[in-house]
Amino acid sequence: MRIAVLSGKGGTGKTLVSVSLAAAAARALYVDCDVEEPNGHLFFRPKKVESNPVDVLIPRFNLNLCNGCRVCVNFCKFNALAYINDQPFLFPEICHSCGGCAKLCPQKAIQDVPRNIGSIKRGASGSVTILSGIMNTGVASGVPIIQRLLQIVKEEEGLVVLDCPPGSACTVMESIRDADYCLLVAEPTLFGMHNLECVCNLVKEFRKPFGVVLNKCTEEENPSETFCRRNNYPILASIPFDYEVGRLNSDGEIAARRLPTFEKLFRELLDTITSEVKRLCA
Amino acid sequence: MKQLLILSGKGGTGKTTLSGAFIHLSQARACADCDVDAPNLHLINRKTKAPETSDFYGLPKAKIDQDKCKPCGICMENCRFNAITFRNNRYEVDPLACEGCSLCIELCPHRAIEPIPSVSGELMLYADPESIFSTAQLKTGSGNSGKLVTEVKKRMKEGAPKNTPLAIIDGSPGIGCPVIASLSGVDAVLFVAEPSLSGISDLERVVKTARTFQLSCAVCINKYDLNLERTREIEAFCSRMEIPCVGRIPFDATVNRAINQGLCVSQMPGPAQAAIETIYQNITRLIESAP
Repeated sequence: MRIAVLSGKGGTGKTLVSVSLAAAAARALYVDCDVEEPNGHLFFRPKKVESNPVDVLIPRFNLNLCNGCRVCVNFCKFNALAYINDQPFLFPEICHSCGGCAKLCPQKAIQDVPRNIGSIKRGASGSVTILSGIMNTGVASGVPIIQRLLQIVKEEEGLVVLDCPPGSACTVMESIRDADYCLLVAEPTLFGMHNLECVCNLVKEFRKPFGVVLNKCTEEENPSETFCRRNNYPILASIPFDYEVGRLNSDGEIAARRLPTFEKLFRELLDTITSEVKRLCA
Repeated sequence: MKQLLILSGKGGTGKTTLSGAFIHLSQARACADCDVDAPNLHLINRKTKAPETSDFYGLPKAKIDQDKCKPCGICMENCRFNAITFRNNRYEVDPLACEGCSLCIELCPHRAIEPIPSVSGELMLYADPESIFSTAQLKTGSGNSGKLVTEVKKRMKEGAPKNTPLAIIDGSPGIGCPVIASLSGVDAVLFVAEPSLSGISDLERVVKTARTFQLSCAVCINKYDLNLERTREIEAFCSRMEIPCVGRIPFDATVNRAINQGLCVSQMPGPAQAAIETIYQNITRLIESAP
C-alpha cells in the first residue's frame, strides 16, 4: 500500500505525519520526495546509508563536426541552447533533457552525456527503511529524482509512505501518480485552507481516495476544518497544538516513538487508511 | 525601485505573514506573490477591486491526430517524459506528463502530431494609480512555475507607479525553479528561518542557492522561543556566513488570529507585531546602505 502525504502549503506537518506514520507501522518504507528540502532523514538518522547519484542527460557538442546550422538552437523549446561566438552553447540548468537536439542534429555533432543533479540515499532506522532524494543546490528541477525514487518503490509490496513536496505543481503530481491513498495535512489558518483546496483539486483530478489530518489544532476557529465539513471531506485525525510535540519535532525527534499517545494516534490512523484502501479495492 | 524578496527554504516559516506586514508598514506601492504554486498573499493584502486576470500559456502540448496516425510508435520510443501511451492500438499523449519539447512532432513520419496551446496558470493584477499587486495561480499539476514567476515580477515592475522606493516580493518554498526565478533581478533577500533541525537544514540550502546571485542577504528567526538552542544555532550559522541576523519574532497566537481575519500582523498589536516592526526598520536600513 502506497500512502502519499501532501499539503499544498509548506510547514503544515507533512514530514511530522509521514515520519510518524512510518514509525508507527510494523514495517515501512519511508520515501522523501521533497527533494528540494528533504528533512525525513534528520528525524530517522538512518544507519548504513548507501548513496547513489542521479544524473540526467544533457547534450555535448563535437565542435569539429558542428557546421553551425543551428537546427538544435531552433528546435529547443526551452531556450536552453544559443549560438554564441560561432559555436553552440548550452545553459545546462534550463535543459529538460528531452534529447531532441542530439536526435535532430544533421551532422551528428551532439552526444548525450550525464549531468549529476542529486542523489538518492537509502538507509535503515529500526523497522523503517528510509529512501531520500536530494537535489543539488542550483538545479532547477528535481522531477527526475522523484521519478527515480518512484521507480525504485514500484516493486515494493509492503507499506510505503511518500512524503511529498509542498504545493500542487508537477513535483507533487509525480509523487501521487501511483499512490493508493492521499493523506492531506492542513493547518488551522486561512492560508492552510486555501492551499488545502488546491491540493484537493489535484487529488480529485487524479481520482485518488483521500482524507485530511488537521494539525496544530487549538480552541480557536479552524478554517480548514470548516472547509472539510462543508465539502464532506473525511477528517481522519486532529492533532492538537502542543509545545512538547513542537519541541520534539524541532529537535528532529520522532513524536510517535517518544509519546505513547502519539504512537496510538498514528497506529489508528494507519488502520483507518488500511481498511479504507481494502474497502475500495474490494 | 529596490526589490526585497522574502524567502525561507522550508515552507510555513512565515514568509507571507512577514510580506503582508512589510507591505502594510511600508505602504508598498508595488508588491508581488511569487509563490505561484500556493499563493496566499492576496488573502491578507486585500483589495476592494477585483483583479484583472489573464491566462498564462506554457509550452504547447503534443496531440496525436488519430486519423493521420499509422501506429508506428516512433513518438513513444523517443519521448523522454514517458508521456505517450499505447492502448487499444492507439498512441495517445498524456497532457499532464508532456513537457512540450515537440520532439515527437518533429519525428512523426506521418505528420500526425500537432502542438496544442495549453494554459498553465492564471495571472492576476490588482492595479490602481497608487499601487500595483501582481500575483498568479499555477494550474494544479503544471510545470513552468519558473516562467510564471518571471511574468509575475515583470508585470509588477512594469506597472509600478513612478518613484516607488521599495517593492515587496513574497517567495516560494524550496530551492528549485520558482525560487531561482524569484531571485533574479532583486536587490535584497530576507530569509525567514524557523528554529528547528529541519528549518536549519532548509535555510542552509536556500542560502547556498541564493549566494550565487550576489545580493544583500539577511536572516530573521520566527517563533524563536519555541527552541532557543536552535535559534542560537541559526545565529551562529549567520555569523559564520557573515549574513546579518536582523531580528527574532516570538511565537504569538495573535498571528493566526490576524490571518484568519484577513489582516496583516502589523494591524494587530502583540509581541510578534512589535518584533516585525523592528525587523522592518533593520532591513530597510540594510537596503538603503546597499550599493
